[in-house]
Amino acid sequence: MPRVGVLALQGDVREHERALHSLGVDVARVRTPAQLDAVDALVMPGGESTAIAHLLVSAQLRPAIAARLDEGMPVLGTCAGLILVSREVLDGRVDQWSFEALDVSVRRNGYGRQLASFETTLRVRDVGNVHGVFIRAPKIEKVADDVEVLAKHDHGDGEHAVLVRQGRVWGCAFHPELTDDTRVHRLFVDAI
Amino acid sequence: MSSSAESSFTGSPLVKRGLADMLRGGVIMDVVNPEQAKIAEDAGAVAVMALERVPSDIRRDGGVARMSDPQMIQEIQATVTIPVMAKARIGHFAEAQILQALNVDYIDESEVLTPADEEHHIDKWAFTVPFVCGATNLGEALRRIGEGACMIRSKGEAGTGNVVEAVRHLRTINAQMRRLRSADESELYALAKDLQAPLPLVREVAATGQLPVPLFCAGGISTPADASLVLQLGAEAVFVGSGIFKSDDPVRMAHAIVEATTHFEDAAVVAKVSTGLGDAMKGFETATLETRLAERGW
Repeated sequence: MPRVGVLALQGDVREHERALHSLGVDVARVRTPAQLDAVDALVMPGGESTAIAHLLVSAQLRPAIAARLDEGMPVLGTCAGLILVSREVLDGRVDQWSFEALDVSVRRNGYGRQLASFETTLRVRDVGNVHGVFIRAPKIEKVADDVEVLAKHDHGDGEHAVLVRQGRVWGCAFHPELTDDTRVHRLFVDAI
Repeated sequence: MSSSAESSFTGSPLVKRGLADMLRGGVIMDVVNPEQAKIAEDAGAVAVMALERVPSDIRRDGGVARMSDPQMIQEIQATVTIPVMAKARIGHFAEAQILQALNVDYIDESEVLTPADEEHHIDKWAFTVPFVCGATNLGEALRRIGEGACMIRSKGEAGTGNVVEAVRHLRTINAQMRRLRSADESELYALAKDLQAPLPLVREVAATGQLPVPLFCAGGISTPADASLVLQLGAEAVFVGSGIFKSDDPVRMAHAIVEATTHFEDAAVVAKVSTGLGDAMKGFETATLETRLAERGW
């Protein structure tokens, strides 16, 4: 059984831990490079991407995670985590950086501020209906040809991908960890 | 494999509470202008609270403290990419309606402002925007949750730079939750009566041992050590009001409190960021205060 880390600098860490625990996975919090060395895969949770990016630098995790991504470490990023792995971030801070490990363009708060946060029912490929919780969510605006799109949502402005995978890097615009449904986590864990 | 906007809905308890979940482990900073908001975001704040005067200035100036000028809130919204919160007076649902119309991300129904209603808090279920409310004990927290609050913060004693009241409130809430956790089912009716709290919420806390919404800490946090203390006491995130921009070096203090909040269990990190910070805000001994803000609301 793989050991899955949850990046625990800020955000809804506990919910991801709970989902992974319920799948019988060995889970560990990652706040330091040494803790990163001890895991086989990493989940980057929801939270504020600017705060997490700031804390990744001060904890010296930015180069450590970049190196592990180059080596092919499986990563699942939800919401802020998706922003952190994406190749391009639109409407970010001027100095916003990301790991550029997933070939998509995301727009921060692309669905609007908190008043526009929403719930909907998504159809996820190979899984079926999944409850999608979107909170100040990033919108995936462009997807490279070799990125698999596992779910899409049309919010009145055309279809946009909301769950994607490129090799070992997964990105999710919504929050599967905020529901009791662990099937999206299972997809990721089964592929490690 | 596509869903559509028609089957979507907003303003649900899950998305309101969900934003509070996303702020956990973070620092929410009071700011009075776009420059301060930028400093807060640069330092790694997860959100800013836009207000015209920080609590220590409200305390100094006296008079009626009200919702901030919409122009100031909008300028701050235009400056930062993180969530922007704003305060409404207790019971002043018209101020809350205005803040919702301004598209703020969270409303703090706050005892720091002068209460507008001495009997009723805002009916927060009536809003799409989520609310945070202060509490000094478990009964007060559950009454606010019953009214629709999606995040609870300790009240502490805002604007004093003195963490003693926040500690008292956190310890009280935790002790009362432990009492419910160990209670027999048949005791919960009388405990709900003593707490003056809705029975279904009392049952929920008895079953889970925690609040149904995130518990954050506010009121008097002014050093990295304060942040570490309240997180170790069970707070899930911190609000810092006067503590940053009334300190000697706000930029360094903001960074330091953010680091201490993330690494609160690692005293070596907290020691490092506490080193050479200059003076924290001067602060007040709460026993000598003329106005105790925590006594506002009920």
